[in-house]
Formats: sequence, C-alpha cells, structure tokens
Amino acid sequence: MKHSEKLCLLAFLFAPAAVWAQASPEIQSRLSAVEAAAKSAQSAGDNAWMLVSAALVLMMTGPGLALFYGGLVRRKNVLATMMQSFILMAVVTVIWAVVGYSLAFGGDGPFIGDFRFALLNGVGAAPNADYAGTIPHQTFMIYQLMFAIITPALICGAFAERMKFSAMLLFMTLWMLLVYFPQAHMVWGKGGLLNAALGGKVPTYDFAGGTVVHITSGVSALMCALYLGKRLGFPSDSMKPHSLVISFIGACLLWVGWFGFNAGSALAASSLASSAFVATHFGAAAAALGWVLAEWLHNGKPSVLGGISGCVAGLVAITPASGFVKPFPALLIGFLAGIVCFWMVVSIKHKFGYDDSLDAFGVHGIGGTLGALLTGVFATNAVNDSFKDSSGKLMPLGMVDGHASQLLNQAIGAAMAWGLAIVGTLIILKICDMVIGVRVRKEQEIQGLDVSLHGEEGYILES
Amino acid sequence: MKKIEAIIQPFKLDDVKEALKGIGIDGMTISEVRGHGRQKGHKEVYRGQEYNVDLLPKVKLEMVVSSDRSEEVVKTLASAARTGKIGDGKIFVYDVAEAIRIRNDDRGESAL
Repeated sequence: MKHSEKLCLLAFLFAPAAVWAQASPEIQSRLSAVEAAAKSAQSAGDNAWMLVSAALVLMMTGPGLALFYGGLVRRKNVLATMMQSFILMAVVTVIWAVVGYSLAFGGDGPFIGDFRFALLNGVGAAPNADYAGTIPHQTFMIYQLMFAIITPALICGAFAERMKFSAMLLFMTLWMLLVYFPQAHMVWGKGGLLNAALGGKVPTYDFAGGTVVHITSGVSALMCALYLGKRLGFPSDSMKPHSLVISFIGACLLWVGWFGFNAGSALAASSLASSAFVATHFGAAAAALGWVLAEWLHNGKPSVLGGISGCVAGLVAITPASGFVKPFPALLIGFLAGIVCFWMVVSIKHKFGYDDSLDAFGVHGIGGTLGALLTGVFATNAVNDSFKDSSGKLMPLGMVDGHASQLLNQAIGAAMAWGLAIVGTLIILKICDMVIGVRVRKEQEIQGLDVSLHGEEGYILES
Repeated sequence: MKKIEAIIQPFKLDDVKEALKGIGIDGMTISEVRGHGRQKGHKEVYRGQEYNVDLLPKVKLEMVVSSDRSEEVVKTLASAARTGKIGDGKIFVYDVAEAIRIRNDDRGESAL
C-alpha cells in the first residue's frame, strides 16, 4: 500500500474518532500517539531496507566488481586490479564525507550542489525531506555514497593492467569532483537540470543511475582506453582471463547486489521497490540469454564469460528503467542489451582496435545509453505514480503512456552525460599525465603490476 | 642401464602406472608438461578475441631400468598408453652412464 493510501485509510478509520476527539482530550492524545506510532513503524521498515540496500551496493564493488575484473586480467595483475576497486571504497568515502555528499545533494543549483553539508554538517537522524522523508538523513547519505564508490571503480576495467596506482588515485579524485558530483546533482539533486522529480528544466528519468553511473563511467572508460593506448602485445599476445571462476563469483555477487542498487533507489520499503526488484531481475535474466544466444549463433559455443557479461549488461540497461517499467518491458530491455552489448564487444571494438581491456565502455557505456533511451519508451505511470501535474493528475511518463517527446529528453540527458564524461576525463587525464604520468614503465607492465607496484603476488602456490 | 622417457595423455597415467606395476616397475618420476606434436590444438574465444591453444597438457614419465628390461617396459608402456589417435605421445630411450643412490652411495644397477 502506498504512503498516501495508508494516510487515507487512517483518516477514514479515524474520521468518527476525529469528531469525538474535539470532545475528548484523552482520545485526541491517543490519536496522535497512534499517528506517531504508524509513522515510526514506516520509518523503521524503510530504514531497515535502506541500510541493507546500502550494504548490498557496497558488496557490488568489494568483492563483486573486484572479483569480476580480477578474474578477467592476467595472473600477474590480479591483485593490482582488485586493489583499484578496493582502494576506491576508502578514497571515495573520505571525499564524500568532506565535500562529495554536499556537492551532489546540497543546495538547488542546476549543475552542482553547494557546501551546506560539507564535513557532513547537519547530516544526522532527522530526515532530509527533499529526498527521503522517512529515513534518517544519514541513511540517505551512506546509501548514495555506495553509488559514488562503484562508479569510478567501473572505469578501472578500461585501463586495467597498465595504469600507475598513484596516477589512478589522482585521476579518480579529480574525476569525482569534475564529473561524478556534477552529474549526480544534475540528475538526482534538487533543482538539477535533468531532475525529473525536483524541478529540473529537462526532466530525465534515471531511476538508479543509467546516466549518472553507467554512461559517465563507461564513456570515461573509453577515453581512458584511447588515451593510455593498448597494453603491450595487444592484441597478438595471449591476454586470456586468468580465472573465469573468480569472474563468475564476482558477476553473481553483482547480480545480487544490484537489488540494493535498483530496488533500494525507491528510497523506501515500498511497492515501487518491489517493482524495481522484479524489473532488475528480469532484465538480468533476459540479457544473459540474449548474449549467450548471440554468441552461440556467432561462435558456435555458449560461454560462461558470455553469460556473466550478458547479465551485467542487462543490469546496466535496466538500471535507469527499473523504477518505471513493467516486468515484460524489463525482459525486452534486458534481451536487447545482451545482444547489443555482445555485438559492441565482439565486433565493433575489434573494428576500431582500441583496448578497452575489460569492456567497461562496451558494457556500461553502451548498455547505459541503451537503457536511458529505452526508459523513455517504456516508462509508465502505472508503475511509478510519483509524477503529478499541478491538479494532482498522474503525468504520462514514456512513449507507452503517449508521451513520445520524453525520448528526446532521455537523449539530451544521455548526451549531456557523454559530453561531461568526454571533456572532463580528457582534461583530467592530461593533468595526471603532466603531474605524475599515467602509464607504468614498460618493464613494470611486463613484470606485472602486482609485483612492480604492490610488491606481492596473488598466487603463491608452492608455499 | 636405460632411461625411458614417455610423454603421454594425462588421462592415461593411471593405466600406465598399473601396467608398469604389473611387470614390477615401481619407481618413476612424473611431471605435468605442455606440448604438441602433430596433434592440432583447439580454439578458445573470450569476448570475441580468439586464441589458438596448441600447447596441450601432457604427462611426462621418467624412469631408469636395467638394459635387459628396457624393451619389455617400452612395450608395456606403449600398449597401456595407446588410444590409437593422434596425440597419444612418444617414448624416448637413452643410455645412462651411472646411477647413484644418495642415501648410501650404491652405484650402478643396485642403485635402481
């Protein structure tokens, strides 16, 4: 039952009581006690779900993404690759606490927030009614942090096996400030240019981060792959994934964690969360089938790597749509994402010859863009009733609601994320290259980053 | 004394060991190796990137026997390791100049 319906029912049940209440102060006080208890019960339920969701989203980065990416690289780089995801869990957290949360969610400017929540000033138990009125502000803050952690970690797939650790740290710090926080504010922040719910000029539907997380990271990943150049020996040397077993575990953790990512984006333990949960799962399943089927027809064999890549592609594509679409459109979005991303990764990438080592662009950039556009097609107010006009009537959302022009808004939103990612990433790469140098030395790359950068090995089987 | 070195299919190792045990040969050293002769490898595809895997897993057995038993060992080994298909492997026989048991300095055939 939706919040508003609950209130109606409460009002109905207590309407006779309200008449009485004028006569009896005792009933009046008991009535307000019941109201307070109902509110507190909802808050407890929502808060429990949101804390679990926050933990699920963190699990996507470590161990999910760390394992997924770690298994895809060569054995000599497994630790360095896992370390990139892991250290971002720490670095982004500190940036978030100092200014990040405030730049994303403070104030109501069109492009970026302000410093009102800097150092988490004023972020406590009282809810922030602009975003989530039933959970502590602190819960909202920590939940959003987990998104800020995984987004830069996704980029690491593009420069795997060849970027300096120090340069990566500087790159990611600047990237959060110049790309992520502005994009998050534009889409999710109050007054943000693309915000559909809180007064944006170009309302774009992005339920859980198709533009903010996947387009920004995927397109920035492409820029990194182009700027850093190919790995030594690519594509003639063998660069087979060193352990698809590890990648498999990582991908399955991503699938499970994604329920926190998408269903949690309802910001309440509501029926909308259930709907997003269902759409997420259906999208992943259909995309795994789409990729495997395409691969089976193309190569003659259905592979495990294809299956897990497909499910991630589907999860990416359903992310912006998850809180807006019904189950069958979710299946369709996933299936299309599986096929399109397969085609992108096995065909288009090889035609251009760039070395997006773990396909961060092919899966997240392309899957995210596809999802953003298809959200404009399949979004419906039968699923999400939070958008009403001034008279309180439900607004049509996507093309299926008869609102075809939403596709244009979705395209503008996606294009802005592309533009910001391209320009921001190239500027930051140039800065990092001048200050530190982005790429490891040739002999370090040959030796492997585990030993040359971190002084350790992933597998010491003889000891 | 002869050293017999055989490179065989990994799944034939147990059959070969049993057969050699049957004629009283207990001592051997084995290692997991990779290689190929006339046998062609297979194709692997990872996200559209194709690799031809032509170095295939094999097992190498090494043993030293007295010269008069060499032929019998070779025959037993070959028949136990044979499937009749390409990739069954090879056997090489070498002359051995000396053998020493480290524990007590036994030399020659008594060290075997």
